Amino acid sequence: MSSLRFTKEHEYVRLDGDIATIGITDYAQKQLGDVVFVELPDVGAKLERGKQAAIVESVKAASEVYAPLTGVVIAVNEALPDTPAIVNSSPLAGGWFLKMTLAHAGEMDVLMSEADYNAYVETLG
Amino acid sequence: MNSEGGPTALSQTTSIRPARTFTANRALQQEEGLLFEIGRLDVTGVDLEEPAAFVPRLGGLERAGAIGLPGLSEPEAMRHYVRLSQKNYGIDSGLFPLGSCTMKHNPRLNEKMARLPGFADIHPLQPQSTVPGALALMEMLSHWLIEMTGMNAVALSPKAGAHGELCGMMAIKAALAARGEHERQVVLVPDSAHGTNPATAALIGFSVRSVPAGADGMVRADAVKAALDGDVAAIMLTNPNTCGLFEAEIVAIAEAVHEAGAYFYCDGANFNAIVGKARPGDLGVDAMHINLHKTFSTPHGGGGPGAGPVVLSAALAPFAPAPYLRRDGWGLRLVEDSAREGDHAPFGRLTAFHGQMGMYVRALSYMLSHGANGMKQASEDAVLNANYIRAGLSDLLSQPFGDQPCMHEVLFDDAWLKGTGLTTLDIAKALIDEGYHPMTIYFPLVAHGAMLIEPTESESKLSLDLFIATMRDLALAVKAGEKERFLSAPRLSPRRRLDETRAARQPVLRWKPRAPLPQAND
Repeated sequence: MSSLRFTKEHEYVRLDGDIATIGITDYAQKQLGDVVFVELPDVGAKLERGKQAAIVESVKAASEVYAPLTGVVIAVNEALPDTPAIVNSSPLAGGWFLKMTLAHAGEMDVLMSEADYNAYVETLG
Repeated sequence: MNSEGGPTALSQTTSIRPARTFTANRALQQEEGLLFEIGRLDVTGVDLEEPAAFVPRLGGLERAGAIGLPGLSEPEAMRHYVRLSQKNYGIDSGLFPLGSCTMKHNPRLNEKMARLPGFADIHPLQPQSTVPGALALMEMLSHWLIEMTGMNAVALSPKAGAHGELCGMMAIKAALAARGEHERQVVLVPDSAHGTNPATAALIGFSVRSVPAGADGMVRADAVKAALDGDVAAIMLTNPNTCGLFEAEIVAIAEAVHEAGAYFYCDGANFNAIVGKARPGDLGVDAMHINLHKTFSTPHGGGGPGAGPVVLSAALAPFAPAPYLRRDGWGLRLVEDSAREGDHAPFGRLTAFHGQMGMYVRALSYMLSHGANGMKQASEDAVLNANYIRAGLSDLLSQPFGDQPCMHEVLFDDAWLKGTGLTTLDIAKALIDEGYHPMTIYFPLVAHGAMLIEPTESESKLSLDLFIATMRDLALAVKAGEKERFLSAPRLSPRRRLDETRAARQPVLRWKPRAPLPQAND
């Protein structure tokens, strides 16, 4: 069973046990264009669902990445600040942003499934 | 995530390469190095006599070696600066359709007036009694700015639009403090706002609450009401907005804001569209900056510093910063002291002196030479010109809020590029090959792949026809699938498509000297 979930703001959540890995989707990286800068939160930072978790900047736009869940940051992708290009080349794998705990398991249920997200992206054209 | 932008990497497949020349010049477009690259230490344009023997008084700290400044002969120095000036593209070179920037003609009469010795050769530290003419000019300018905006007072000293925003918002903060309402910490900003609006609010300690635009690109009074509460200090709204639309519900918005005890800051960047047609004071505005370099034809940089006077409503007028003009029993004078005087309680001062005299002269020169009728017609012509472009392109390009009349600028989006593999950026680059400065792109953010075109009233019908024909040619080339023409653009400029990604990922921030050219006697 896929544990991948998505937000309307184009973040993804991959749940592994009780640890959630957060990043931006392939659609998001394509829309942004070449990513040149990523600012990540500190490990230990408390994130609140819907509030800013990170900043991603491409050649054309700076954009906030919102926390899809409430919880505490337990790891950040140390490779991103030096090689932000991984966000473009591998958004769902090597280009992850942060790992966090999940304070309310119920928050996963309000996120979109992969099929629902793909259908949603279709509507954006 | 917002979803602006697209890949900007260089086209790897382009087959169109520029011809290389021996000199690296491209016909009469000449390469030009930096002074440190072209100058030599043994050359100078002036002959100075060796100083007579003297005793240095620097306590042994004087420079021991050569200073290493590059020397050029007079013709070399002339060529250097003339070549650099020829690389510039300005309103004096051609149509400059940069939306929201109002790149209008700077009349030469303005320059003549600014050079009158009574204005040009005075100093801010001169006694006020020696510059009555300059003070009178400031008073006259203030009068007309207040008259045209229907406001009560003006702070002349802010140096630019964003500085004016800061001034207006600080006056609002001071007014709230005087009311004892320190809990008002939130500023409402529509999502079509100039980026400087939320930045200004944040800079002086407010937090920003976003107000979404309606489906037609306008801010709805209902949306503002929903966002208003006892924490709100002000709203910052641009009118006409950055989509080139007059905010139809602006009066209802102002009433709702005032009812909630907040103030209405209007971003006056687009005032050029409504001079003589609508007065911000009548619409309920409490503070608005006026970009003299937009609406009142003073230069956008290059010709001198900018100026962004702020007009204020009766509620905010007492808090205008020092110095301010006052005419009383002492005659006309500039009150320098920011301490309370009578009904004035300035929030402080923004600048060391009184502001940009040269811009005041130019702006007033524009006002007096055009007159009330002329300025009104300028606004009408600016709106007409933008709509002429809209009508000339609406069948080929797409508009985010449908084909409706616009004000001084027309907003297109990138829906018409869908499926072509091309982006707004590619269109802008192709315009450079055609000899035009591109329009504003990717702003406002509410339109996807925005192209914001503001021709201003300065352009003739001939000029607009040529621009429309050029844009149509580009649009037809897009539809015909001529991708290469765009992906490789600009092809004819001194520098071709820049690799923005590499520039951001591996920025070169320090100049390093090039290897010296081989000399004939080496």
